[in-house]
Amino acid sequence: MNHKSIEDKLAVNKYDLDEEVHIRLKDEICKECEHRPCVSVCPADCFKLKEDKLSFAYEGCLECGSCRIVCPGNAVDWALPRGGLGICYQYG
Amino acid sequence: MTSPFDAIIVGAGPAGCSCGYTLAKSGLKTLIIERGKFPGAKNMWGGAYYGPSLNQLFPRFWEEAPVERSIHRHKFSFFTADSSLSTEFTTKAFEGPPYQGFSVLRSRFDRWLASKAEKAGAIVASGLKADDLLWDGQRISGIRAGGDELPANVVVACDGVNSFLAEKAGLRKKLSSRDLKQGVKEVIQLPRATIEQRFGLTEDQGLAWEFIGTFTRGLPGGAFLYTNKDTLSLGVVIQLSALSDSRTRADDLLEEFKHHPAIENLLVDGQLVEYSSHLIPVAGKAMMPKLFTDGFLVAGDAAAFCLATGLILEGAGFAFASGLAAAETVIQAKQKGDFSEKSLSAYAEKLRQSFVQKDLETFKKAPRALENPRLYRQYPELACELAKKIFTHDGQPRRKVWNLLRQSMKNKVSLWQILRDLIQIKGSL
Repeated sequence: MNHKSIEDKLAVNKYDLDEEVHIRLKDEICKECEHRPCVSVCPADCFKLKEDKLSFAYEGCLECGSCRIVCPGNAVDWALPRGGLGICYQYG
Repeated sequence: MTSPFDAIIVGAGPAGCSCGYTLAKSGLKTLIIERGKFPGAKNMWGGAYYGPSLNQLFPRFWEEAPVERSIHRHKFSFFTADSSLSTEFTTKAFEGPPYQGFSVLRSRFDRWLASKAEKAGAIVASGLKADDLLWDGQRISGIRAGGDELPANVVVACDGVNSFLAEKAGLRKKLSSRDLKQGVKEVIQLPRATIEQRFGLTEDQGLAWEFIGTFTRGLPGGAFLYTNKDTLSLGVVIQLSALSDSRTRADDLLEEFKHHPAIENLLVDGQLVEYSSHLIPVAGKAMMPKLFTDGFLVAGDAAAFCLATGLILEGAGFAFASGLAAAETVIQAKQKGDFSEKSLSAYAEKLRQSFVQKDLETFKKAPRALENPRLYRQYPELACELAKKIFTHDGQPRRKVWNLLRQSMKNKVSLWQILRDLIQIKGSL
């Protein structure tokens, strides 16, 4: 099998996207954060560092909760998508 | 105020469905709410269910439940970058009813579980998220969901590892990354006959395969591979704090694992059909929340009922058993008309009598013992190197196994260290 990127992997998943953003970052805290463990622990690669600025896209979120737990500044305001929305596993 | 529901169960997984099924069967007015579009939509796991709990609840469940393959072979392998050393166990005793276990895909299986609760009389409301708890003074009196207030005599939180409800009820603090493992899994589709041929299986028989090795780069964790009917479930499970501290992506380890020479050929022409992730509560007793308060119980992963002993990583059996214990507690509380904390404390006693608390007590030292990094690097390397020396003939006079072992240990681990690790393993696993 070829080496697939996380983006390619997420593309096979089924999502019912919640138009309402369910995860928000507290930019003030993230700006000061040196560690940014969220970037590597997110299995869906939702956190991206561009020129030392943290950006976040919730669309591919697998709702595992890892980012909220590893964040040293409690800066991940993490809620679940509204009922019936978000990742929808067909195999599980 | 009289509640229209005796119990509201949050989460239609193994804990919630066994609880809801048992309550409804006893005639209690039961509502199960599930935030997924359907039960199972948010759930994933490695892949197999073992043990008697489900058969006790639904005798001969395999005749109607969407199980994949009956597990009749267990394999364990040490991996280094280019080598592997494996051991395999199979027995006739695992073939035929009541079976030892089954590979299962949760999205299909949990839907069936919820349908059993529904047929028993429970109302299952999917696509509904519990946003908050309702309080009547110090007592939890229901939930708020989708803008509605839903009162109940008891709320049973079966809302999984991230249980927001247990947190809101004040029964536990934020989880620690050291107490969790992150599972990342791929489901890979292959023709049924190809799976049976590649893994040496006959129809409906399955393999459960666990791996420890250098692909985790010394991080506590491993990999798994389960055979389903026409898919494979494979993934890695790694301690979350270790991923975080070392800035490692679990998916990179999974890719490394998939490209190991012993795995790559098994996946040829396979089609990725799903990529999923979930946290696993692995610290057992150390991370367990308080299990009950006025009008409120916690079961399943939400209560961190999961056993991780290195060779076993098992949560579903505990979920079924704790869901059942919660239901029995609520039935008794209903008879007494008393849903206070004191009345619901019978739940803790029921769990103490069952394998749930007994197993977690027996293996309470396992989570810390399994943090030993030598288990994930030095020992797999040592095992593979020794095997290589035993099987290599390089024209030189052969040496005894003990001498080969001492030679393989050089620069890896001392005899003293091995003894210390063995003593720790003896005391914890």
